[in-house]
Amino acid sequence: MIKIRNIHKSYTNGQMNLHVLKGINLDIEAGEMISIMGPSGSGKSTLLNIFGILDNYDNGEYYLDGKKIQNLNERKAALLRNRMLGFVFQAFNLVSFKNAMENVALPLYYQKVPRRKRNKIALEYLDKLGLKDWAHHLPNELSGGQKQRVAIARALITQPKVILADEPTGALDSVTSQEMMNLLTEINQTGITMIIVTHELDIARRTQKTIRIIDGTIQEIVENEVQSTKYEDRTQVRSNVIASEAKQPKNEVTSVSRPKQYEKVA
Amino acid sequence: MFDLDRWQEIYHVLKSNKLRTFLTAFGVFWGIFMLIIMLGSGNGLENSVSRNFADMATNSVFIWTQQTTVPYKGFPRGRRFNYDNDDATALRNAIPEIKYLAPRIRGGDFFSTNNVIRGLKSGSFSIMGEYPEFFLIDPLYIDEGRLINDIDIKEKRKVVVIGKRVKELLFEKDEEALGEYIQIQGVYFKVVGICNSKRNGEQAERENQNIYMPFTTLQKTYNYGNIVGFFGITSKDGISVSVVEEKAIEILKQRHGVAPSDDRAIGHFNLEQEFRKFQGLFTGIRVLVWIVGIGTLIAGIIGVSNIMLVVVKERTKEIGIQRALGATPVKIISQIIMEAIVLTTFAGYFGLVIGVGLLELVNYAMESSGADSDMFYQPGVDFRVAMIALTILVCSGALAGFIPARRAVAVKPIDALRYEQ
Repeated sequence: MIKIRNIHKSYTNGQMNLHVLKGINLDIEAGEMISIMGPSGSGKSTLLNIFGILDNYDNGEYYLDGKKIQNLNERKAALLRNRMLGFVFQAFNLVSFKNAMENVALPLYYQKVPRRKRNKIALEYLDKLGLKDWAHHLPNELSGGQKQRVAIARALITQPKVILADEPTGALDSVTSQEMMNLLTEINQTGITMIIVTHELDIARRTQKTIRIIDGTIQEIVENEVQSTKYEDRTQVRSNVIASEAKQPKNEVTSVSRPKQYEKVA
Repeated sequence: MFDLDRWQEIYHVLKSNKLRTFLTAFGVFWGIFMLIIMLGSGNGLENSVSRNFADMATNSVFIWTQQTTVPYKGFPRGRRFNYDNDDATALRNAIPEIKYLAPRIRGGDFFSTNNVIRGLKSGSFSIMGEYPEFFLIDPLYIDEGRLINDIDIKEKRKVVVIGKRVKELLFEKDEEALGEYIQIQGVYFKVVGICNSKRNGEQAERENQNIYMPFTTLQKTYNYGNIVGFFGITSKDGISVSVVEEKAIEILKQRHGVAPSDDRAIGHFNLEQEFRKFQGLFTGIRVLVWIVGIGTLIAGIIGVSNIMLVVVKERTKEIGIQRALGATPVKIISQIIMEAIVLTTFAGYFGLVIGVGLLELVNYAMESSGADSDMFYQPGVDFRVAMIALTILVCSGALAGFIPARRAVAVKPIDALRYEQ
């Protein structure tokens, strides 16, 4: 689904030239659920943004669903984002003056789907995520978890091939985070490729693969052994993501909800 | 197609900072308001002047005699001379471009004494000897009765048309004037018509104190022989009256032994030139008004543009979200331009309505209070100008939105998403 070859990206900031991505190669198959981990400034978000055609890259090749993505104009990029990709953000990024239903329907608005029809579809998606009763509430009347579910519904409504989630649980408490992961896993099981950027280990562990990026290069790709869909099952999970974890600065990891078992491993 | 989401967004943007929206809108409002007020006042001035021209044929010229200033053919300078009835025939025969030619004579000898008497009442009025043609050059508006006609001329009837003011002074309030006789310098005349000037202010006052009688009657009754006071001439349609004027003066000079180089012997007044001068003046005023008005409007528009820049900056992140979700640049640009257009159009429309309303109010007040000014008459703007102003508004609104809109899509979506306030 996603194929990148030798991707380079640097930012110029005045005199400083910051080389963020230093030749990344990666293949993500359709239907995979992977996580990208790494410390701040490691380039994980930049990589996700390149996947999302929100940012361009300097060198290399990027194929999305077999189509080469390079130097697209903003209109084509917008259309591709609209049709192929769904975004879930840490800060939810709902449009403040639109109610939940209208927020979910927004991508269809850009596809020029008639209002009545798109709102009907939006209601269906909200219903699936258990938010039907909240459809007519504005974002500021919703809890964090509800907002993120609205955002997920919004990402799903165009039936994208890939969902890109940038720290989707970053602003949620641990219980809600796990609920969110359950949801994302379920969505993944319907065949949608899922890429999650996180720095929470127990979030990463619930994906099939964890790509660990440090300093602009892929340090390792870890296959997570067991997929668990239930938060309660989590303690039974054994994972082989290890060793390198110790290298991570402690403050990078949200350890609030981390079970003791993992602490020991770390 | 009506796009509810678009209007919802516009409403949200404009509502989110009411004071700011109001102040911005006020800039545009003021611009268009001033433009309308100035245009309306300019029109008021113009209307008032063109009312003074009344319905006078603007292609007319008036020619009278003055003293000669150059000795010629044995005549000394400083000589006075008079036109006569034969001049009229000669001019008509020699100049085919003439449409109307009306000799005219003013009973100027009676000035300052009470020359008109009726019973116990008397007054001093100007007496004009007229041909009916003259009323085609400078119309006389009849309240009651009739004008001087050709039969009056032919039969040298002793009939007069009197001004409204004359009637007021010589007759009782409810008295019937038509058919009554008034005594002018010892001779009785029958009143056949009462006229009322359509000019304004002082001019109307003066005109309403005139008494008009047949030209031939005046010549005969008061012993003028065949003397003509002056000629009123109009040119045929499409021909400048200056052509006629030049030829007529040349012929009159020849006929009265005036040196061809003597420019002061023959007095003349070319209404066409005068009219053109006023037209030039008003064109100048109008141009000035538009320049100032548009300038004020531009200040308002720049305000809108400025605020839209701020709005775009504030909404950077939101626009980033929209773009991430698939909003094309065209969509974003058109949205922002729409916002600017809505703001300017609304504000401008109010300016337009209130400006026109104020002009109408002034007009109404002037009319109902009966205030009649030489300087101001029926201010207002016509529908076409209002439409032009509105078009300018919409276009300038689009222009005001364009730069901010470009700014909004110039940012990379990711930078927009990352933007923190």
